[in-house]
Amino acid sequence: MLEALFQYEFLQNAFIVGILIGFIAPLLGVFIVVRRLSLIADALSHVTLAGIAASLLVQKKFLTFATLNPIYIGMAFSVVGSLFIEKLRTVYKHYQELAIPIILSGGIGLSVIFISLADGFNTDLFSYLFGSVSAVSTTDVWTISIIFFIVLTVIFLFYKEWFILSFDEEYAQASGVKVKSLHFVFIVLVALVIAASMRIVGILLVSSLMTLPVAASIRIAKGFKQALWLSVIFGELAVIVGLFLSYYLNLAPGGTIVLLAVCILIGAIMWKKWKRG
Amino acid sequence: MDDILRVENVSFRYDDEDVLQHINFHIPKGAFVGLVGPNGSGKSTLLKCILRLLKPQTGQIFLFGTPIEQFKDWHKIGFVSQKANSFNTGFPATVYEVVASGLTGKLGLFRRLNKRDEKAVYEAIDAVGMGPFIRRNIGELSGGQQQRVFIARAIVSQPEFLILDEPTVGVDVHHVQSFYDMLERLNKQHHMTLLLVTHDIGTITEKVTHVACLNKHLHFHGSVQQFAQLKTEDLASFYGHHLHLLAHDHA
Repeated sequence: MLEALFQYEFLQNAFIVGILIGFIAPLLGVFIVVRRLSLIADALSHVTLAGIAASLLVQKKFLTFATLNPIYIGMAFSVVGSLFIEKLRTVYKHYQELAIPIILSGGIGLSVIFISLADGFNTDLFSYLFGSVSAVSTTDVWTISIIFFIVLTVIFLFYKEWFILSFDEEYAQASGVKVKSLHFVFIVLVALVIAASMRIVGILLVSSLMTLPVAASIRIAKGFKQALWLSVIFGELAVIVGLFLSYYLNLAPGGTIVLLAVCILIGAIMWKKWKRG
Repeated sequence: MDDILRVENVSFRYDDEDVLQHINFHIPKGAFVGLVGPNGSGKSTLLKCILRLLKPQTGQIFLFGTPIEQFKDWHKIGFVSQKANSFNTGFPATVYEVVASGLTGKLGLFRRLNKRDEKAVYEAIDAVGMGPFIRRNIGELSGGQQQRVFIARAIVSQPEFLILDEPTVGVDVHHVQSFYDMLERLNKQHHMTLLLVTHDIGTITEKVTHVACLNKHLHFHGSVQQFAQLKTEDLASFYGHHLHLLAHDHA
């Protein structure tokens, strides 16, 4: 495959994007999981699907937009969806998880309507649902690289604020941390990373890349920094090995990556058990 | 202005229920104030108003002589909440990381811990006797140990005013005494002003310098000597029908 990797641009693109996503998705995932917001990723991925479907519909109906990369509208939908979730969480203060099924079903509803308006499924949409190695374009690589740098910069700059916000929101507020704006930045970044990740793992599996490596790492990590690093290592392991396997065995990359992440998770749980004796 | 805290005519209501009515009181520098009252008397609400987590409908609160809306020096204030309420015991953070997070407000945005800050973290952890557990995850510790860590987090920024909301809930009985001894030490040796909220009148009267009794209204506010002269009937009337509820809590 190494030979093929040098030979085919699409493979290079897939690997670059895979490595970038394998880094930032689990990194943000740690903050999502410890704040018990895991399902938000799922809700947002379905809203992203609506954006992708809308984009494909526009491409089909208006030739001027034929070259528009669906990732942009997907991102726009995802960000708007994340803002809706935040709004709903303040409306239903005592049922905060209610925001998730509302946004999730809203997203699917919209997607189905856009798909039917476009006269049904096509292979393009299929690649967004389950991920594809061959579909990653050069614009995807650039867009996702930019998101990668934004995420790393924000985490570097606001690390201690996000830590305290995740650990103890009331205490963060009492120490004068600007909880609302930090949370806003956080949720928008989550939305962007979800839209970016769907190229490789597919919309239906995006959330797994944000939660499975984290679930494995918090079993064994000592401390928060270690949890961050282990999540990234597990994420990269799943993505890189998964891409190789899916290329060789001709499997859907999303499914292969996710199953590898599940194997890592099982390994972490067993390791912890064995260590305890 | 020698008052660390001044509460002027503060009233607060949730929907249509009055929680605090016309509260007036002040805390002089160096005092150790016990704020007591039965469950549901508005103690936690008053604290949340002081910490700006809630906004009272009427009245004003001054911290270090500054109206709370304009107050910026939140690092001068340490806060220990009811442990059980506000943290996820599965959170992967070490004792060191939790205590270091107490410096967030003091450092401000974009600044990282330097050598001196790191030293302060170690000192705060030693001050509460948690040195041997510094690399352990917070979730692996007992309730009493976790509460010590939260005290360390509150004192690491060397606040002048430390607020504690029922800190001994969930801490086993024989650790409670040493916990109060530690608070007394912070007050006497480190000259920290303390506000301790509790529904437990008995234990604290040996340690505190002032007592405030709250049950929607402020029923009493004065030195611990004045409090000792209060008659049992006065206390009973203040606790009202909640008296049996309190006894139940101690069972």
